[in-house]
Amino acid sequence: MTSEQENWSLVIEPREKWWNLHLRELWNYRDLILIFVRRDIVAVYKQTILGPLWFFLAPIFTVVAYNFVFGSIAGMSTDGIPGPIFYLSGTTLWNYFSTCFTTTSNTFTSNAAIFGKVYFPRLIAPISTVLSTLFKFGVQLLMFFSLLGYYMLFEDTSIHLTYWVFAFPLLIIMMGGLALGVGIILSAMTTKYRDLQNFIGFGVTLLMYVSPVIYPVSAVPEGYKWFIKYNPISPIIEAFRLGFTGVGTVNAIDLVYSGVLIAAILLVGVIMFHKVERTFMDTV
Amino acid sequence: MKGDRIIAVENLSKQYRLGMVGSGTLREDIAGAWYRLRGKEDPYLKLGEVNDRSTKGSSDYVWAIKDVNFDVKQGEVLGIIGKNGAGKSTLLKLLSRVTAPTTGTIKANGRIASLLEVGTGFHPELTGKENVYLNGAIMGMRKSEITRKMDEIVDFAGVERYIDTPVKRYSSGMYVRLAFAVAAHLEPEILIVDEVLAVGDAEFQKKAIGKMEDVSSGQGRTVLFVSHNMKAVSSMCTRTLLMQNGTVAFNGNTNEAIDRYLGNEANGDDVLFNGENPVENNSSIVLNYAKILAPENGVFKTTDQIPIEVSLSFTESINAFHLNMHVWTTSEVRLFEASTDAVEIIKGDRKTFKFFIPKRLLNANQYTCNFNFVINRSKVIYSAGKLLKFSVIEAVEENNLLWYGKTYGLLSVKIRSEVD
Repeated sequence: MTSEQENWSLVIEPREKWWNLHLRELWNYRDLILIFVRRDIVAVYKQTILGPLWFFLAPIFTVVAYNFVFGSIAGMSTDGIPGPIFYLSGTTLWNYFSTCFTTTSNTFTSNAAIFGKVYFPRLIAPISTVLSTLFKFGVQLLMFFSLLGYYMLFEDTSIHLTYWVFAFPLLIIMMGGLALGVGIILSAMTTKYRDLQNFIGFGVTLLMYVSPVIYPVSAVPEGYKWFIKYNPISPIIEAFRLGFTGVGTVNAIDLVYSGVLIAAILLVGVIMFHKVERTFMDTV
Repeated sequence: MKGDRIIAVENLSKQYRLGMVGSGTLREDIAGAWYRLRGKEDPYLKLGEVNDRSTKGSSDYVWAIKDVNFDVKQGEVLGIIGKNGAGKSTLLKLLSRVTAPTTGTIKANGRIASLLEVGTGFHPELTGKENVYLNGAIMGMRKSEITRKMDEIVDFAGVERYIDTPVKRYSSGMYVRLAFAVAAHLEPEILIVDEVLAVGDAEFQKKAIGKMEDVSSGQGRTVLFVSHNMKAVSSMCTRTLLMQNGTVAFNGNTNEAIDRYLGNEANGDDVLFNGENPVENNSSIVLNYAKILAPENGVFKTTDQIPIEVSLSFTESINAFHLNMHVWTTSEVRLFEASTDAVEIIKGDRKTFKFFIPKRLLNANQYTCNFNFVINRSKVIYSAGKLLKFSVIEAVEENNLLWYGKTYGLLSVKIRSEVD
């Protein structure tokens, strides 16, 4: 035995430095992310024939309801664009966020069975959730584009594309990043304090009301505007609307602010997640 | 290099909290933080107790494993045995990084893959092939690596026909075979195998054991093998750890570890006649003792002869007396009876009656003995029910049949066979 060969490839210790984010390890497992994404999508397809149809039905009913309640009854502004387009643009993006957020916030509890048996970087699970939800988002986006095309071709409206469309991929990344960040923060907290789970449900609903989903930022009274402006979701939705419908209250600084905040949330989330992932099996 | 340390476990401990996890933890956390803030010791970090399920502890915290130290060298097949709750699974969970230790460190060289429970991550809706990719990737394989080995894996599992069928249609045996096949082709430097032999048929067991032996001796990789199956442990492991109440009770020669383990397990089980005379209403005959002459470690193997001894004193003369014994299984099946020769008794005699249950008769099980005192070859004057109790365990034998399961049947008789 060569007694003092102390170059171990793996050292497991009770505590780790908080700045060790295991990003290299995550990269080594990149194939697993793709396979998880594929599994999530295929499993949804295989379970029900109607599966993907729900992707269409849910937003249609939502938009019809919003159009009726907020548009016809409450008479809220839609920035001068047709109600269906306005609400669909908002809900499509919002649905992506809320689905990612609620699923990732359950990461530990819903993956307990598999986490309890084998090790792989736990962050893989929420990351692949955010990626596989893109599929559902894509389907709904297709619907939005069809409706948009219909209005642009056959209806006399002021809808037009602007250069902001090119920001679209960035907006998706930001939305996914934010959902991931907030989701893993909550997942880290809910493993220990289960009662937080009750909060998530109505928390998402509350968050929607302080985001410009069913109303434009331009319609917010001056005294409350700061509140909406500090919400990192607002610039994303407004930029999306500005790009595809030509109306939106956003500038580059808002978007940069939002991006920086999201990056910070993600970083905090990853640190908290790593802290919890090491021992969560003992409490779950 | 073969023979180098590949795993070093130092002072490893893991503390668990018992009871209602989740209730009141926020309060305790805040209280704990408040104590620390004032520079006092966190009262909730008080020392836990050694893990012993049978006695109720006063603390909510227990050490599932405590101060465990051992090394594993490259190419070794290390057996880990112990009762349920001895800390085997916790140790494996720490090694496979499912959870982090409370204190101590584990150092390892190379990839550790675990088979804590086969088929991890298998999704019922996905086909066999898709699940091979999924499972392989979970275990840390790259996609290209899996593709390269796909044929080999499918062949090893023997499920070619079903590879494009969702695994929810698989039988449990097929499921396990496929899962094990993936793991067997992982090529990790260290493979943790936990009770895979509990499922699967003989043919598959043979394959699995063969593969494990290949992996360790042929390819110089290391296997940690956890099992309750002493035959398998004995035939494969070069060294064995015996875990007891969260500590390593023995670390060394496999057969010695097994003997100790079986000895511990059977202790307190083979209650010898405790000296209280059950024959109180029969003044003419006094039972001095009844005992089973157990071997040194207190357990009988199927290859042991079982000697039973009953000593009686007589206060009256009897023309012809004999002792009759009935042996029952725990499921109340009377296996056989046996009688001594009838002897003439003279008042004041003290006689010892002996029975020898031959080796290779009783299968691994627990047994009780009843005794009848018979006079004049026909009249039972007293029956002593369930006077003695003993257990027999399966002998670990060198045999060339690669069957690691239970030997079936009430009996374990050696049947002579011929092949023409």
